[in-house]
Formats: sequence, structure tokens, C-alpha cells
Amino acid sequence: MADVHPLIRDELLPPERPSRRHLISIADLSREEVERLLGLARAFARSLDRDVKKLPTLRGRTVVNLFYESSTRTSSSFELAAKRLSADVMSIKAAGSAVDKGESLKDTALTIGCYDPDVVVIRHPEIGAPHLVARHTGAHVVNAGDGKHQHPTQALLDLYTIDEELGGVENLHVAIVGDVLHSRVARSLIQGLRLMGASVTLVGPPPLIPRGIEAMGCEVSHEIDAVREADVVYVLRMQKERMQAGANYVPSLREYTARWGVTPERIRPGQRVMHPGPMNRGVEIDGEVADAANALIERQVRSGLAVRMAVLYDLLTHGPVAVAAPETLEVA
Amino acid sequence: MLVAPNRPLDDLVIRGARVLDPVEGVDERLDVRVDGGVITQLGAAADANGHRVLDGDGLVLAPAFVDPHVHLRTPGREDEEDLVSGTRAAAAGGYCAILAMPNTDPVVDSAAVLGSLVERARREAEIPVGFLAAITKGQSGEELTEMGELAEAGAAGFTDDGKPVREPGLLRRALQYSAVARPPVALHCEEPTLSRGGQMHEGVTSAELGFGGYPSVAESLMVVRDLALAEYEGRPLHLLHLSARESVEALRQARTAGVAATGEVTPHHLTETDEAVRSLDPNLKMNPPLRAEGDRLALIEALRDGTIAAVATDHAPHARHEKEVPFESAPFGVTGLETAFSVLHTRLVEPGVLPLETLLERMSAGPAGVYGLERPRVAVGAEANLVLLDLSATWRVEETGFRSRSVNSWLLGATLRGRPVATVAAGRLVFAA
Repeated sequence: MADVHPLIRDELLPPERPSRRHLISIADLSREEVERLLGLARAFARSLDRDVKKLPTLRGRTVVNLFYESSTRTSSSFELAAKRLSADVMSIKAAGSAVDKGESLKDTALTIGCYDPDVVVIRHPEIGAPHLVARHTGAHVVNAGDGKHQHPTQALLDLYTIDEELGGVENLHVAIVGDVLHSRVARSLIQGLRLMGASVTLVGPPPLIPRGIEAMGCEVSHEIDAVREADVVYVLRMQKERMQAGANYVPSLREYTARWGVTPERIRPGQRVMHPGPMNRGVEIDGEVADAANALIERQVRSGLAVRMAVLYDLLTHGPVAVAAPETLEVA
Repeated sequence: MLVAPNRPLDDLVIRGARVLDPVEGVDERLDVRVDGGVITQLGAAADANGHRVLDGDGLVLAPAFVDPHVHLRTPGREDEEDLVSGTRAAAAGGYCAILAMPNTDPVVDSAAVLGSLVERARREAEIPVGFLAAITKGQSGEELTEMGELAEAGAAGFTDDGKPVREPGLLRRALQYSAVARPPVALHCEEPTLSRGGQMHEGVTSAELGFGGYPSVAESLMVVRDLALAEYEGRPLHLLHLSARESVEALRQARTAGVAATGEVTPHHLTETDEAVRSLDPNLKMNPPLRAEGDRLALIEALRDGTIAAVATDHAPHARHEKEVPFESAPFGVTGLETAFSVLHTRLVEPGVLPLETLLERMSAGPAGVYGLERPRVAVGAEANLVLLDLSATWRVEETGFRSRSVNSWLLGATLRGRPVATVAAGRLVFAA
């Protein structure tokens, strides 16, 4: 397989965009493509309201979920999305697999590639892992989170949720609060929101806002008061390991919560609040805010299923060929 | 100090090339005759007299190149490079001499390790090699090596390359002691508490991609510190692989103030920026990282005005399986011996950014001067160290074309114009395409 490397590598070099067969980064999508995916997700959401939820659409297709990091909602919703579309699903977790025996990602990809999967969904702690899998398998690759880089299906489900709940994304103002530096969710979401015409303000402690991030088209504030002007407050998970003594991103978790925690006093009544989960109640988000009627957090999880069905469907059926408008999609 | 291989010297005639030696002030079409490895005739219609004849028609004949910064990976990682493959790669790149860094396994920190390398180079190397020795034992930054004995055993200079000398007190002692060893002390400038976790240049691209940032100030802060120590001690200092605008400015200022400081720059820092890392190709991961366009332009200007004396490849071979991993797991380093002239000619000389004469000087006399080596020159009586260049040859960089054992080139797939077609090193024809 060694000679496969240089050939497929050309496909991944800029300025050419990665092949549309993969969903690796929001940066690879056009606004039209995002709109198409959101439209598909709407159609699938309707199918999920039926008594019999399974569709025959991807019968005979194989989806492999390859998870190198722990995940509840992403892995379960990809698995369920594939099953709802009647695909065969195989879920592999790094723990307990050959990865434990020191197998490289390339070799794992080559091994999985031998089963000719149609889609490989990968989550990995390192940036670029999905590209590597794309290079070494013939499968369509979906990035379910690579290091601090991208988590495109999270951004799509967030856009879908905002679109459904606020009647559109364009011209909205979204404040993203917390540890932007270590957040792939934030990076994908900033790109998605900007693509759809929303404005973005990042709010957090200076060491957790990466230098140069303004170039992505967002404002930066270090004051929590900045969230009050936003239509949506998007709270990022505060990763406890970043807060250990000696890391020195913030002096302490206590000080973080005191200055940047999203509490009922810091948001306007009725202001929409989102969180990608899992939440640390009482740290980055007050429990009362999380449970309030105007919070969209559970809605996000529900959107995840329809959006991931849309992504799998789109990759396997759309390709470079135009498809019928999503609203008239045959879902019987 | 260079170790020349023990091999018979050649008799050659190179006909009709444009002989270009900017330091000697030669630029005309001449025949060059070499007898027993020494240039004996420069002029019209040299008598072949049974010598091997190279046709230089339409080609440029220049002093061969000197690479002051190569990782030969020997001893320890001969699977990545060894003395034979590394020096053959260098010969194909137009080099007549290279300097090898001591961060091997074991580290070149004793006369015993150095001595065995010198012996092997005499037997195995294709071109002369100089070996730098470590400043501190095991490059651990704690205890000075026996610099005097290492100098006697043939160390070409001293460096802990790959790592900074963290403690200023220890660096000061090394600078002082280098007076009785062999200067210069060559420094890898990196403040580790600022570069920790860094995968690429900290800037707009790292913010967007999510990579840990390795800020330019991690280099320039150390450059300023090291220059201050060199000034205070009045000792020569060489700054390895400079990447940041602020570093170059500090070097320029120090040189103006009379500090005996020199600097080098790599082809990749002269021609690429952090934008390239968007491809996530591990062959674009090196230390120091590719920086912003402003840094790149400052490096070019410094090379042009002589603030930076030398082009260095920082040729760092890595096994294929170590680079076929996600960017963050990949080791730092790229190869460069076989592409250095070509890429700089293509991207700097042809567009008119850097005169050919300047490039030739910075790849030959410049680096030789930094380490006190004899300057390769095209002159009667000089040892033949010559490179024949075809400036119009267009070629594509392919994995299969390398003489190096490793293929982690940052230029795979690139089309370049201009390449060495023959190299004479220490009086021997070591490469002919």
C-alpha cells in the first residue's frame, strides 16, 4: 500500500479543497452545502416523529465508528443515525482494540479499509487524524472531533438548533464563553456562524482566547458582561485538567467561575443558552441556567441525531451529483 | 575541521561552463582543468590529456556548497541516515562539505564517540564531513563536555542543537572555555517554557487550526540573551536556524555593535510560511516552525544584506512510519540536502528576490567562514570543490529520487527549476547526474 500515499496526498494539499466525499472541517463547506445539510436534517427530523423510525435509505451500507476518545452523545448519535438509516454499523473504541497493542492509526485505517466500509466516523485526540484515515482508506470520512481542530457535526447541529429555535441564523449575535483555546467545538462553530451570516463574540480569560483568533471574523471580550448583548450565549465546557495547579491558564477554578461562570444574573431573561455537553454544573454554567426553559441544551442533543443522519445520507447519496430538493425527500 | 574521505583524487576537465565565483570576482565562460584534485588551469581550451571531460555548455560552474547544519543520525538511527547515504545526498545537492550535529545516540560528547565517527567518515563518507560536539554532556544542559579534548579529536565546533542551553551561567562558561577549544559555540535558541506544547508558529493559522502555538518570542528572547552573553564575553557565537523577524533584528544590532555573531537560515524558512501547515502535512513540522510572511521577508532581507551569513538545510531525516501519523505525533524535522539550491533558485533567484551571486556565496563561502573552514573557490592552485548547475532544468521532487535514506521532504510533489548536475568535493568527482 506504500505507493498509495503520494497519490492521495495530492488530493489533500491546498489550495484545492479536500474532496467533498469527506466531512472534515466546516471550512471546507460552502453556505449552500450547509443549507442543504440543514434542509436534509429537517426532513429526517420529521421521519423521527413517526412510530416506526427506521428508513431503508442506507441498507447494505457499512458505517464504522472509530473512537479514540471517550464520547457519549457523539458516538451514540452517530451509531443511532446509521441504524435509523438501516446501515450496518460497527463501533470500535480504542480501549480494548489493537490500539492498546500499539497499532498505529495508519495500520488501523488499513485494517478497517479491508472491510470496504462506506463511511468511517473518527474521533481522535490529534489534529489531522481524519485526513490520515482518508488517505489510507477508500471510505468517506466524517470527523467526529480531532484534537482542538474541528468538530463539524457539532457545529452543524448547533446551527440547526439555532435555525429551528430562532427562525434563522443570519444576523444573529452569538457569544461563545469559556475555554476557546482548547475547544474544537468553538473553532467549528465560529466558522459555521460566520458562514451563515451571524456575528460572534468570544468571551473568556485572556490566556484561554488564542492569539490571532480575531482573524476568523469574531470579536473578543474578556468581560462576562459582553454576553448580555447576544441573542445566544454558547457556553463551552471547562476542562478540569486545564485547571490543575501549575497549568496557570486561570489562577483557579473558583476564580474562573466567579468571573466567567454563566449564572442567572449574568444573562437576560429569555436569553437562549447552549452548551455542547458534557456540562460541569456550577463551574462554567449554573444549574439554574442549564435547566431553564430557554436553554436549548437538550434540543441540541436531539438535533444531533437528525443532523448526523443528514450527513451520512448526504455523503453516501449526494456526492458530486445534484439531488432532489430536501423538502421533497422520499423518506418512506 | 573537516574529515576528508581517504579516496583517490581525480583528473578532470570541465569545458565551456559559465564560471561564477562571486568572491573571487570570476564570471566568464572558461574551461577548468583539475589535476590530482587541484585546479591547475582556468582559461580557454584546456587540454583534456586523457582526463575525464564534463561538458559545461549552458551550465554554471560555481564553488561547491557547504552545509553547516545536517543531522546524519549516526550513530543510533542508521535506519534514517548514515554516513554513506547522507554524504551521497549532500553530493547530489551540490555540497562539497557538511557539518553534522551531535544530537545522536549516543550524543557526540566524548572523544571516544567523536573518534569513531572520524574513523568511519574517512572510510565511508563520500564528501568531507565536520562533526560538531555537544556543549554539555548528553546535551542535558548540566555539565560541560571536555571541550578541549574534543577539539583536539577534531570537533568542528560546539552545539547542543535540538535543545537550548537553558542556564545562562552554563552558557557563559561554555563561551569562555571555547577560547581554548574550537569556536564557534552554535546555539539553538528556544525558551522552553514559551515553546512548550507548541506544534507550529503561534499566530492566525494556529488559532484557527487549534494547534498549540510556538511563538516567535520563544526564539528571539533566547537570541537576545545569548547575544548579550557573547558580547559580554567577547566570544564568537553562531545562531542556528533563525526563524523570527525579532531574532534577525537582534542579530543585526549586535553585529553592528561589533559582536562576533553569525547566523544561518534554512530554505524552508526562506520560502514557506505557517499558512502551509493548513495541509496538516507532518513534513511541514519542524523546529523552529514556519513563521509568518513578515518573518520570512525579514529573513530574506537579512540573507541579502549579510546579517545572516549562511544557508543551512537543517536536514533532519525521519523514518517514514514516524512521519505517517497525525501532525501532533510526528517528530520535528524535514530533509533538505537534495533540494536546497533548487528551491532557493526557483523561489528566490528566478523571481528576482535574491541575486544568484548572493545565493552562491551564502551557500558556500558564508557557511565556510562561520566555522573557519577553507572557502571553496574556483582559482588555480585551489583544491577542486566545484558544483556544476543546470539553471534551466525543470524537475519534480519525488520520493523515488532521493539518495537520502529518508523521504520526509517538505517539497514532495513540487516542481523546481535548476539543479546540480555534477559535484567535485575535495578533488573528487562525487556526483554526476
